[in-house]
Amino acid sequence: MAKELTWEDISRGGIIDEPGNFKVNRTGDWRTLRPEVDREKCNSCGLCWLHCPDGAIDVKEDKFEINYYYCKGCGICVKMCAKKCITLVEEEE
Amino acid sequence: MGKRVALEASIAAAEAVKMVDCDFVSAYPITPQTHIPEMISEMVANGELNAACLTVESEHSAMSSCLGAAATGCRTFTATAGQGLELMHEAVWIASAHRYPIVMAVCNRAMSAPLSVWGDHSDVMSVRDVGWIQIFTNNAQEVFDLTVWAFRCGEDPRVLLPVMVNLDGFTLSHVTESLLLPDEKEVKEFLPPLQLPNALHPDKPTTHGAFGLPNIYSEMRIAQEIHLRKSKEFIIETLNEFGDKFGRYYKPVETYKAEGKKTLLMTMGSFSETAKIIIDELEAAGESVGLVYPRLWRPFPFEELYAAVKDADNLIVFDRSISYGGQGGPLASEVKSALYGKEKAPKVASIVGGLGGRDVSVEQFRQIIEKGKEIAENGSEELYETVGIRGTVSGIRG
Repeated sequence: MAKELTWEDISRGGIIDEPGNFKVNRTGDWRTLRPEVDREKCNSCGLCWLHCPDGAIDVKEDKFEINYYYCKGCGICVKMCAKKCITLVEEEE
Repeated sequence: MGKRVALEASIAAAEAVKMVDCDFVSAYPITPQTHIPEMISEMVANGELNAACLTVESEHSAMSSCLGAAATGCRTFTATAGQGLELMHEAVWIASAHRYPIVMAVCNRAMSAPLSVWGDHSDVMSVRDVGWIQIFTNNAQEVFDLTVWAFRCGEDPRVLLPVMVNLDGFTLSHVTESLLLPDEKEVKEFLPPLQLPNALHPDKPTTHGAFGLPNIYSEMRIAQEIHLRKSKEFIIETLNEFGDKFGRYYKPVETYKAEGKKTLLMTMGSFSETAKIIIDELEAAGESVGLVYPRLWRPFPFEELYAAVKDADNLIVFDRSISYGGQGGPLASEVKSALYGKEKAPKVASIVGGLGGRDVSVEQFRQIIEKGKEIAENGSEELYETVGIRGTVSGIRG
């Protein structure tokens, strides 16, 4: 994406005239800590989904799944989880 | 056809802002501010100008609010001087990077310390590299004309850059002079409505001021640099357009009795008018001396400057600020590097004076020319010499 742009391609003043380009730009790739859910303990209460500041938790058939494409690993879901079923693990790569 | 009036140069700038029907003016209303926004706020209060007039708590906010207003595509103006320009410094960079055609009048003043509100070029030289178009004026007529032009040039779709109009603090900003004011109708004909592409609008959302990662920052900066350099041809075109409309032509580098002269003096700003008096006197005495005064400071007019000085033997550059610990005079430094490597070029002498409101008289300009000729012809161990400073100034070596 952005890596390919030459200076001639850049819009005047670097203004982005297509809103919502996060759909194609991965914004979770700077994450150093990765939240992982213990499915055995999770009761799908949705507290993590409510508190995620980045909207990086998707609802899929009454289940809450972390979207790692956008999750930045802030750990708020870990703190908020009533069942203590989310843990932060270090990203290895 | 307009009318001849007597106006303080600051008021002339305000008149220009009124005639271009500016939409948004933001300024800090206390020292080191000048009469420019004071007059504009009066015009807005009297209903003569239909603009939003914001008085903010600092120059940093003045420029920041101009950025926000300009992003919506409205015609935007601010004015400042000296310490005020420094306080808005970081926001000044953003105006040029976002390519907002903001116009700013800068009444050039000295920097603290010691505390000074008087004139020199220290303020503008510290924003030399921010990517704005920067132009200097010598009298009230030029202040009016080039403020009107600044909107025309900056807003040109091929340019879209902010423009800084420099006028010397006090020796120009607070001086009342005679000037010709055109009819408002003529000004409106000269200046089409601003059409800013990708201006902020709820119907078509855009992002201004996005993050620039290392993989894109360099390309963005080079794009800005190339567009600023390219703007010179449109600067010249719009200055000529102004001349065709109003009968007063301006050039990036102006000359006064300079053709075929052996020695040339170079000044920038209102001191050029004082220098003209000594040029006249020396011409009457049969001496071969002329004056060159660059008007455009950024983008630097390399070709025009070289064409103006190449045939002279000596070039004496007079600066009103110091790049401490460096070459000394910023103008001399720029000129020397512009002439470097040219087969045919005059010898350059650098002289600094007129700091912090110190006057440089006609008689002192005579001394500057005499001293400069001697330095240019015989060389000097000093990087630059000074005029009007008490005590022995020496040991300024490279």
